[in-house]
Amino acid sequence: MLPREYRTITNLSGPLMVVEKVNEVRYDELVEIELASGERRRGRVLEITTDKALVQVFEGTTGIDVESAKVRFLGKVLTLPVSRTMLGRIFNGRGEPLDGGTGVIPDALLDINSNPINPYSRDFPSEFIQTGISTIDGMNPLVRGQKLPIFSGSGLPHNRMAAQIARQASVISGHESFAVVFAAMGITFEEASFFMEDFRKTGAIERTVMFVNLADDPAIERITTPRLALTAAEYLAFECDMHVLVILTDLTNYCEALREISAARKEVPGRRGYPGYLYTDLATMYERAGRLRGKKGSITQFPILTMPEDDKTHPIPDLTGYITEGQIILSRGLHRKGIYPPVDVMPSLSRLKDKGIGKGKTREDHADLMNQLFAAYARGKEAKELAIILGEGALTEEDKAFARFSDAFEDRYVRQGEYENRTVEETLNLGWELLTMIPVRELKRVRDAYVEKYLKPLLDKQEVVKPETVKQ
Amino acid sequence: MAVGKSVKGKISKISGPLVVASGMTGSGMYDVVRVGNLGLVGEIIELKGDLAYVQVYEETSGLMPGEPVVSTGAPLSVELGPGMIEQFYDGVQRPLNAIEDKAKSPFISRGINVPAIDRTRKWGFTAKVKKGDFVAQGDVLGVVQETILVEHKIMVPPGVEGTVEEIHEGEFRVEETIAVLVNGEERNEVQMLQRWPVRSPRPVAKRLPPVVPLSTGQRVVDMFFPIARGGTACVPGPFGSGKTVIQHQLAKWADAEIVVYIGCGERGNEMTDVLIEFPELEDPRSGQPLMKRTVLIANTSNMPVAAREASIYTGITIAEYYRDMGYSVALMADSTSRWAEALREISGRLEEMPGEEGYPAYLGTRLASFYERAGRAICLGKAKAEGAVSVIGAVSPPGGDLSEPVTQNTLRVTKVFWGLDASLAYQRHFPAINWLSSYSLYAEKLGEHWDGIYEGEWAKSRIEAMSLLEDEDRLKEIVRLVGIDSLSKDERMILETSKSLREDFLHQNAFHEVDTYASMDKQFKMLRNILTFHHLAMEALKRGAALKDVTEMEIREKVVRMRYVDEKELSTLDALEEEIKKEIGNLMPAGGEVHVA
Repeated sequence: MLPREYRTITNLSGPLMVVEKVNEVRYDELVEIELASGERRRGRVLEITTDKALVQVFEGTTGIDVESAKVRFLGKVLTLPVSRTMLGRIFNGRGEPLDGGTGVIPDALLDINSNPINPYSRDFPSEFIQTGISTIDGMNPLVRGQKLPIFSGSGLPHNRMAAQIARQASVISGHESFAVVFAAMGITFEEASFFMEDFRKTGAIERTVMFVNLADDPAIERITTPRLALTAAEYLAFECDMHVLVILTDLTNYCEALREISAARKEVPGRRGYPGYLYTDLATMYERAGRLRGKKGSITQFPILTMPEDDKTHPIPDLTGYITEGQIILSRGLHRKGIYPPVDVMPSLSRLKDKGIGKGKTREDHADLMNQLFAAYARGKEAKELAIILGEGALTEEDKAFARFSDAFEDRYVRQGEYENRTVEETLNLGWELLTMIPVRELKRVRDAYVEKYLKPLLDKQEVVKPETVKQ
Repeated sequence: MAVGKSVKGKISKISGPLVVASGMTGSGMYDVVRVGNLGLVGEIIELKGDLAYVQVYEETSGLMPGEPVVSTGAPLSVELGPGMIEQFYDGVQRPLNAIEDKAKSPFISRGINVPAIDRTRKWGFTAKVKKGDFVAQGDVLGVVQETILVEHKIMVPPGVEGTVEEIHEGEFRVEETIAVLVNGEERNEVQMLQRWPVRSPRPVAKRLPPVVPLSTGQRVVDMFFPIARGGTACVPGPFGSGKTVIQHQLAKWADAEIVVYIGCGERGNEMTDVLIEFPELEDPRSGQPLMKRTVLIANTSNMPVAAREASIYTGITIAEYYRDMGYSVALMADSTSRWAEALREISGRLEEMPGEEGYPAYLGTRLASFYERAGRAICLGKAKAEGAVSVIGAVSPPGGDLSEPVTQNTLRVTKVFWGLDASLAYQRHFPAINWLSSYSLYAEKLGEHWDGIYEGEWAKSRIEAMSLLEDEDRLKEIVRLVGIDSLSKDERMILETSKSLREDFLHQNAFHEVDTYASMDKQFKMLRNILTFHHLAMEALKRGAALKDVTEMEIREKVVRMRYVDEKELSTLDALEEEIKKEIGNLMPAGGEVHVA
């Protein structure tokens, strides 16, 4: 079909533009706008009536004038050219190369919105991914095909942690082709170059595709950036059989952009001015993670979002939490104590944890041990709170033991080096070692057999070393 | 269902899932339409002059004004007949496996048209009436063994009656005639396949109050906040508090004959989990795979939003159909908040005046009329069979704030409230149902039922346990203010027992092979043992025993492990009670001032 060209722009408002007297325009169609200066911008049709089209302009409407700008409807939806050679490349939020290289010679042109995955065709994620971080591997295990966001706050080291995960993530059973797709939405140049530098230094760049929309790039492009990234990820995972880790940062900027468009359209706002369809919109991205029956590859998502005022009930983290399979929450308190990674174990959760652990996957005692560590840490923190109010003296001997445990847990289990890659075996053994601080009678969440097998040898060893402490 | 005339119009506006078509005079509200050249499925939700506002159940990208819109003249309906059990449907009852076959892709492409019920499969039909019998609506004409667990009754459709002129037996496809009914001039051919519009409740002969328990195998539910057959329950909770795990647990272990599970706007992986797990899990009563009694409906969060709105109606209509056969059906909807959000999105596109938080003003009425379709009833038909639909709806309140409109409107119509608590979830106390804020309005009626079985002990134990926990809350407050030393021995024993109730009884591990399900027998005995220990311990303390000696008794270890006692070895729980009596008895003289009455 020939592109049809119009000069009938009537309204311009924020990122939106109304074109009149149009004919045969499709909903969601891609639009090209040519300014008097010869500059070209792109947009998409948001709403269409018989002769009027509402167009969202990706680069913003600044500088467009009603008189001279030309609008072309391209008769197709926004697509991304994909190919294996995208690995190692950097693109902008429109899918154009940013690294000075030439455009991708496409193997396929894919609709960036993709169709929803048929839940019947999904394969359940069950392969444990070792991230080398104890708080994740031991307490909130990640599996291939999961979407596990990091809920952070401004000033917390979420980027360092994401980079560490990207660097260390591996599957226990051998080597398979592995790729990272990275989408930056509205982050600063400094943050973006941290990732680029880190990927370059470690050689990870060779297996990475980056889509970068910086803080000073058009906000509207933030809507397409993650979709481009996920389209590339889908291609690499399901056509090239790769295991793809997708890092999306920062989702908060994405949602702000969405709110901007919604406000410009004068839609009825939901909570805090975000559109009522924010849940659905986020879901269309998050749900693109997963595994498919009969396909080798997988997409694992690590969205990062900064919670405004560290408030977990803010619509963005809240709706995200309802869609993703758990969340890793970073704590300012731990960060202040100088603990890296400052993962707040209590409210963090991996919903698929039970699928990836246990005999034949990690170790038989993993689930029980994890539950016990959670319970003990919770009780220890409770005891410490009590001690603050009533003084140490008010605690029972047991409570004191739990309080000591929770300190040791934060110091030895949660804390680890940025380049320290712990195996899951090491993480589990560390857990048992910490449990020796608690009376065996209080270990209600672990099976006797495991206490016998994993804890007793440690206790026996302690008894030999310092018999006096055990008697007390 | 009389099929109205078909009207053909044209698209005049497209905005997301809402399409406005002109030239639609003559079409009816809620008629199903086919939109555009692709023939996308939609439903008319508003008529203004010759304009029809259509919510489209598929992605509308690529549609163009001027494309045709054709009304089918019939309201959105589900197909009912053998072959629904073990199926995995989308929100408008398209089987997802058939979609996969037809799309030849793991992604759902648009405009796919597949029948809800397999037309080619043959079913063995056994007649239950003979020629010359007079039958009316709801009467069973014959049966089909749908799965090993479900005997599917083929009933006379509502509104039809007559004398049986022909009745066939043998192997039939669902569209083949199995009986001919004659009523005067009227001649009705009856097939196994029937249709029913999803937005109208199916009729019953008489509605009954819910007084029979629906056992779920979950201790905090069955013992503390029980639900009745035909009852309604609401499970609100912030994310991560275990709503979905509870819904899955109920779907697995509830003693319903049929389970309809609606994944409404939730995660794709969760539905896959159900799909993989249910065929492997055994029903504790029949020993057969749970899938053999389950219908799954999924509209995951990335699937079209309008179909989400339809999915709960599709689900409840299927549930009512099995109820009409005299079955007890349990319907789980996870989550109704997503359904309400779909309603809000469509309402926004219609430019309706918003109510609270942007939800339409009719949210409350819609929710109420949905939950009102639950209930226990005498079904139509001579057999006067008793069936029930129990509805358990999860609610996902934003930020865990229960004052939001969906939760509040749901609480007004449901009778059981299982309030999930984030702080319990952080401590990994699952199910994270708060024992202080939750309630069940069926507790009294169901107490009468269980008291009949447990000789008047059930309700007493329940109330005692709950008031102990109530006391604990009060005592903890005191401890927080003035320290544990201010409490008497008795009060500290209450704290010990409440802790035992919380950790050894209410806490239940859904992922432990034995602990995941507890029969009422096991639950009752566990609770009885904890309370027996408490009574005797109090007595011992009264007689001067030291608190430390009581709380550090070895036997408490066994109380902790009661949860892992296999269903087949429940007698060990009785033995444990005797042992408790003996052990504390041994302790009594050691207490000093012994004055045995």
